[in-house]
Amino acid sequence: MFTPHTKNDVEVMLKTIGVEKVEDLFKEIPKEFRYPDLNLAPRLTEMEAAAELENIASANGTTKDFISFLGAGVYDHYIPAAIDNLLQRGEFYTAYTPYQPEISQGTLQAIFEYQSLICRLTAMDVSNASHYDGATAAAEAVILAYGHFRSKRKKVLLSRAVNPEYRATIRTYMQSDSSLLILGDDIETGIEPDLKKLIAQIDNDTALVLVQYPDFFGRILDYKELIETAHAHGALVAMAVNPTALGLLTPPGELGADIALGEGQPLGIPLSYGGPYLGFFAVKSALLRKIAGRLVGETIDAEGKLAYVLTLTAREQHIRREKASSNICSNQGLLTLAATIYLSILGKHGFKQVANLCYQKAHYAAHQLAGIEGFSLLNEDLPFFHEFVLKSEQPVEQVLDHLLQHDIFGGYDLSKEYPELENCLMLAVTEKMTRENIDYLCDVLEEVDHA
Amino acid sequence: MPEPTIYDISVPGRKGVTFPEPDVPQTALPEGFIREKLPLPEVSELEVVRHFTHISQNNYAIDLGFYPLGSCTMKYNPKINEAVSRLSGFGATHPLQPIESVQGNLYLMYAVQEMLKEIAGFAGVTLMPAAGAHGELTGTLIISKYHRDRGDHQRTRMLIPDSAHGTNPASSAMLGFDIVPLPSDENGNVDIEALKALCDDKLAGLMLTNPNTLGLFDENVVEVIKLVHESGGLVYGDGANMNALLGVFRPGDIGIDILHFNIHKTFSTPHGGGGPGSGPVAVAEHLVEYLPDPVVGIIEEGDSETAPLYGFIHPTKTIGRVKTFYGHFGILVRAFTYISMLGKEGLRDVAEKAVLNANYLQEKLKGTYTLPYDRHCMHEFVLEGFWKDVPGVHALDIAKRLMDYNFHPPTNYFPLIVHEALMIEPTETEALETLDRFADAMLKIADEARTNPELLHEAPHNTPVRRCDELKAAKDLVFCCYPSDDWSD
Repeated sequence: MFTPHTKNDVEVMLKTIGVEKVEDLFKEIPKEFRYPDLNLAPRLTEMEAAAELENIASANGTTKDFISFLGAGVYDHYIPAAIDNLLQRGEFYTAYTPYQPEISQGTLQAIFEYQSLICRLTAMDVSNASHYDGATAAAEAVILAYGHFRSKRKKVLLSRAVNPEYRATIRTYMQSDSSLLILGDDIETGIEPDLKKLIAQIDNDTALVLVQYPDFFGRILDYKELIETAHAHGALVAMAVNPTALGLLTPPGELGADIALGEGQPLGIPLSYGGPYLGFFAVKSALLRKIAGRLVGETIDAEGKLAYVLTLTAREQHIRREKASSNICSNQGLLTLAATIYLSILGKHGFKQVANLCYQKAHYAAHQLAGIEGFSLLNEDLPFFHEFVLKSEQPVEQVLDHLLQHDIFGGYDLSKEYPELENCLMLAVTEKMTRENIDYLCDVLEEVDHA
Repeated sequence: MPEPTIYDISVPGRKGVTFPEPDVPQTALPEGFIREKLPLPEVSELEVVRHFTHISQNNYAIDLGFYPLGSCTMKYNPKINEAVSRLSGFGATHPLQPIESVQGNLYLMYAVQEMLKEIAGFAGVTLMPAAGAHGELTGTLIISKYHRDRGDHQRTRMLIPDSAHGTNPASSAMLGFDIVPLPSDENGNVDIEALKALCDDKLAGLMLTNPNTLGLFDENVVEVIKLVHESGGLVYGDGANMNALLGVFRPGDIGIDILHFNIHKTFSTPHGGGGPGSGPVAVAEHLVEYLPDPVVGIIEEGDSETAPLYGFIHPTKTIGRVKTFYGHFGILVRAFTYISMLGKEGLRDVAEKAVLNANYLQEKLKGTYTLPYDRHCMHEFVLEGFWKDVPGVHALDIAKRLMDYNFHPPTNYFPLIVHEALMIEPTETEALETLDRFADAMLKIADEARTNPELLHEAPHNTPVRRCDELKAAKDLVFCCYPSDDWSD
């Protein structure tokens, strides 16, 4: 399959090489291990494979079959048709890393524009060409900060309101270094919106403080005091941001963040059961040389024509090997292209519209739900973006089961990661959600109460 | 003319895709948190489509021509993979849905785990790593935790052959291992005597690429593994070159403890201009409980009437999670499709034709270009891009001149142990005529190097841009295009 060789081709080639049969080329492999009898299903033709995959896909219930209020870092936004159409150009998706700039200007220019758009959106100075996802971008921020202070500052503070999977990934990445303390996200420090207990832990041994904006619960908190305190102690501040929210909210660069990072999935990337997504990562110019991953810079060619190249590669693994700033090689190329086209095709007007629609519909949903007996909002007086926490008198599992029976994915059960948030359900609302579906959710929830 | 940037073609007031007006009562925006400017471009949909179509045409790609980029396995990316991965049954599933609603996804991931275990001879697989280097990080985290759990805190030495991919030492260094490079012998194999001297109770492991980056199957591999295991270390296999071994050899069978796959190399998923990749990691029996949490498994056995229930299992000694969710699911759909269409005969055919193509090209070129290790190669081989009689011509010039003949150049200046390396990997999906045309171009370039070296020095001539000033880029540090207008609303 997919090999074009005729019998005659093989004969010509073997003759040129000077061996009798193809097996002769594998003689260096120890004989007793050669040609294992693999236990795999009989092979399929394309027609059969297409049917098989349709069949597997149809075993799923999707966000088209159900009304979904799931979010928790990944959101169901509308993706304009032009994006996937352009992504399917073979010139883009069957190319590799643009090591040869003369024949890779398409990829290089797209990354350059991606870097520009991310910088403008976050109000940061330099964006890299991406990390794998929001969690790995967060881990890279910790690595950057730890390296920035040459491992002399031993403390990293994570807000408990940062996505639990980001915090878990950071701990995985840093587990071999027993001298680094990762603190701030314990139940005692908690998730109080005044952040006092977290701010109190910032000291001169702190390398980085990581907060989320809007936070994991959708809340828009005021980080001014936290950032000022961190900077007063010489620590760096990283903000994990929801890019859609930046259609409305003051960008992290203006708030004083040193690093802005996040999950780029909301920027035109399908849910696709968790990946592939995109981790964006941008810094202030003071940290330019500390940033990991690929960077595309502007230059000229031999005739003086504007051109783009990978630059500052001396930080990278293929040059520096064990002294590299990171081991990253492949990143999320095609997904940065999706995000670039998404931000371009929505543009200033469309992107702001999406952010505003998310905000308005989420607030309508929160308001309606809070009016149902047996339910209340966890943080009634706090501003939020498009996700909020609903407190129920019943166990969340029971509520979710009931909703599922009415074809609703009710949201994210917070009690699993946050024991202090028993009976708390988190719901996300995007521009795709209709008022009718929100009203339907309310109707179904009213039944829970009566049950 | 260079293609203007998306900001260059922005016109204030112009709109692309627009959205409906809100169907709910308005809520005031929170005071004090609203941005003043949103400096995104303003471009019509058609202009956006033309812009990205135009810039795409400045790329070379597999769909356009031969792409023998060594160690990257630039094989054909079957279109059926793209079609099935876009089925809404896959694409429109949220990673936090109840498992009962995503049995199709979970079955598919379980099946990919089983396929990879079978193909490479291992007991467990995680699909979570996002790329090869991420798989390496996962594997080295497992090595690190394995030794820590056994109280072997002194095992900090990681041996890495000098022919290894740069990601190997970089991944190990991230975890604080002491990297010790291991020399190759005169046949391109790991130097056994050098290895013996480094096998003691400080040894954490050895990262082995086999076939190595010279395209050679290490003839000492069984001995190498024995020595490392006897001194208590683990052997990590870099699976970047699995394309040479499919259906022919299983690394797990000779005692490799951990192996990562590069799904975007071996299993035909697109390289995407530099990702997304996918880097599953396979482990032997004694390391299964160290895999990242979670792994897909059967949580309720089925019977003749009911399908099993697939869900998540949590390894007891896990290193933790290495990213959000479960892996690059969309890429795994493509890999599943590819493996299903190949079956065991097709997989073996891939390896055999990849190796046949590489040996054919090696044979055609080795008289004209120096072949430092004159053996049959596996799926790729490395030539010297340099001749003593024309010292002014370098591998880079040959690479650039190939563009004038409409070929993507081989990898150059890697591996570092070959002078002026040109690393050529034709892959199995290329036809004899293509290989012949490429060989002809390479021979002609060797001739031009003597008769008209300026042709090489000034190459490429017909590409969207000519050679680029990389020093200027590193000096100017321009990473963004700036909007020129006043962006306040």
